[in-house]
Amino acid sequence: MTIIQERVTTTAPVVTRKKRDWSVAVRVVVLLIASVFVLGPVLWTLSTSLRPPSESFQLPPAFLPLNPDLTSYEQVFKQLNIVALVVNSALVTGLIAVGQMLTAALAGYAFAHLKFRGRGALFSIVLATMMVPAQVTIVPVFMLIRGVGLSDTLLALIIPAIPTAFGTFLMRQYFMGLPGELAEAAAIDGASPWRTFRSVYAPLAMPGLAIVGILAFNFHWNEFFRPLIMTISEQNFTLPLGLVSLQGNLGTGSISVVLAGVVLSMIPALVVFMFGQRALQDGLTAGTGK
Amino acid sequence: MSTATSTPTGTGSEPGRKPAHKGSSTSKRGRVQQRWLPWAFLAPTIVGMGIFTLLPIVASIALAFFRWDIISAPTFVGFDNFAEVVQDPTVRVSFLNTIVFVVVAVALQLGLALGLAIMVQEKLPAWLRVFFRSAFFFPLILSAASVSIFMRYLFNEQFGVVNWLLSIVGIPAVPWLTTPGGSAAVVILVYVWQNFGFSFLLFIGGLASIPVETYEAASIDGATGWRKHWFVTLPLLSPTTLVASVMAIINALQVFDQPYVLTRGGPGDSTRTAVMVIFESAFQRLEFGQASAIGVILTLIIMAITAAQFRLSKRFVFYQ
Repeated sequence: MTIIQERVTTTAPVVTRKKRDWSVAVRVVVLLIASVFVLGPVLWTLSTSLRPPSESFQLPPAFLPLNPDLTSYEQVFKQLNIVALVVNSALVTGLIAVGQMLTAALAGYAFAHLKFRGRGALFSIVLATMMVPAQVTIVPVFMLIRGVGLSDTLLALIIPAIPTAFGTFLMRQYFMGLPGELAEAAAIDGASPWRTFRSVYAPLAMPGLAIVGILAFNFHWNEFFRPLIMTISEQNFTLPLGLVSLQGNLGTGSISVVLAGVVLSMIPALVVFMFGQRALQDGLTAGTGK
Repeated sequence: MSTATSTPTGTGSEPGRKPAHKGSSTSKRGRVQQRWLPWAFLAPTIVGMGIFTLLPIVASIALAFFRWDIISAPTFVGFDNFAEVVQDPTVRVSFLNTIVFVVVAVALQLGLALGLAIMVQEKLPAWLRVFFRSAFFFPLILSAASVSIFMRYLFNEQFGVVNWLLSIVGIPAVPWLTTPGGSAAVVILVYVWQNFGFSFLLFIGGLASIPVETYEAASIDGATGWRKHWFVTLPLLSPTTLVASVMAIINALQVFDQPYVLTRGGPGDSTRTAVMVIFESAFQRLEFGQASAIGVILTLIIMAITAAQFRLSKRFVFYQ
């Protein structure tokens, strides 16, 4: 999936010049219309959040924030403990991402470069767990968490999400792309196996680790199902949960306040979109090749 | 199997590779160390998965045969949970809703993604191609809950932008979220809006791997326009289509966030889905045995569909 960029131009069909000009124009118009339908709702959300609450349902709608008004943003800080929500979301997402990167790097390295009995079978089991939907295991996981007294804590969200089959798969693929001779050379130089991993392989695998981290971030920052089940008190809510409950509490009178919260919650995702889009796309489509 | 990385060498398995830490450490101590060492690397992942995935799978299957409200002791009830669940009208309606949802949403998602991918991938200025790719990918980075929050306002019957747009072309206000049909349509539209970009990415990758010579040969044979895509693109793209449809179906079968935030499953049970009834029977009615039984049924359906699709693929998928 990574070599898309280099190869995109090769699909150009052979068409006569006149016909091509016409068909390019038609395609661009169709694609532009599609983009308007995709981006329009997001632009409306942004511009409505920048209107005073009393004008939030005004029609015709504004898609561009011409006279930005920050009342809704002040309001969302008053009506919702948004600082706590952001802190919770950041803690949960950050710790899951770091935990996944560490455990996936270790396990991926073992599956790629260490030899042990049952390696193939164990890796198949890891892959098979990817097929089980989270909704099916959530009831026993909930009971387990409750049993060890962690219910309604952030740890209930963090710990079960750290072992990652997909991340392990990605890191194994990445480490297999690095030659085994590096380990031999390191051993000759007297490096211990741990040192070999720590100082030779791990630094070379940073791009792969970044993909694991970005995927974890994107998924868990936006996650709704598990927080809905695992947290009870509002002080432990994450952003999506807090915003949905805010929408439930407020009537339709002040939708711009809710939308201001939605826009704030989107900022980290936007940062990832701007700087890690390539890695995110590669990660999402990894393993789907034939 | 494509790697997710920029190193193109990591393909296939490598059973023939030499032991990584052979080196000079052939001493007894070295060998001993080598035996437990891999397990130290694997321990966090393997132990974690055992506790949070494998054990719960077994527990979930076992729990399906018990009645348990978490407060009193569980009692063994055999297949009673399955029998009750299969006869429960809400559960039946929810599974039916889920199937209708999957069929419509996946068809829309794949059709839209394929059409747009073909259009983006043909000759186009590079900056426009980058723009369209980013635009169609964009909704994937948002949370389904946030998307459903603002979409609920956009589909508001009186003040929503959607009905305002429809009024311009003379269509009277549609009661989107207050009627069963309208609600189902909104859940499908919002879901497809957010997820078609994923199939789009897969199709872009598949299209990029079709060699240009194939199109040249086809055009020499006189194939142009849609005929070219029908006879060349679609057959050569069928491996990608298979992967894209399997993933789209598996994801759609587990839909929860959108109907939960948009409609709470209503009006009536019209947008209640399979995962919503798992959630409700477990965490609202505290019938954990029944919830597990529904979960087991859903997993079996997912596995059956995946198996069926790969079976069918042997007949219909064209591998180069």
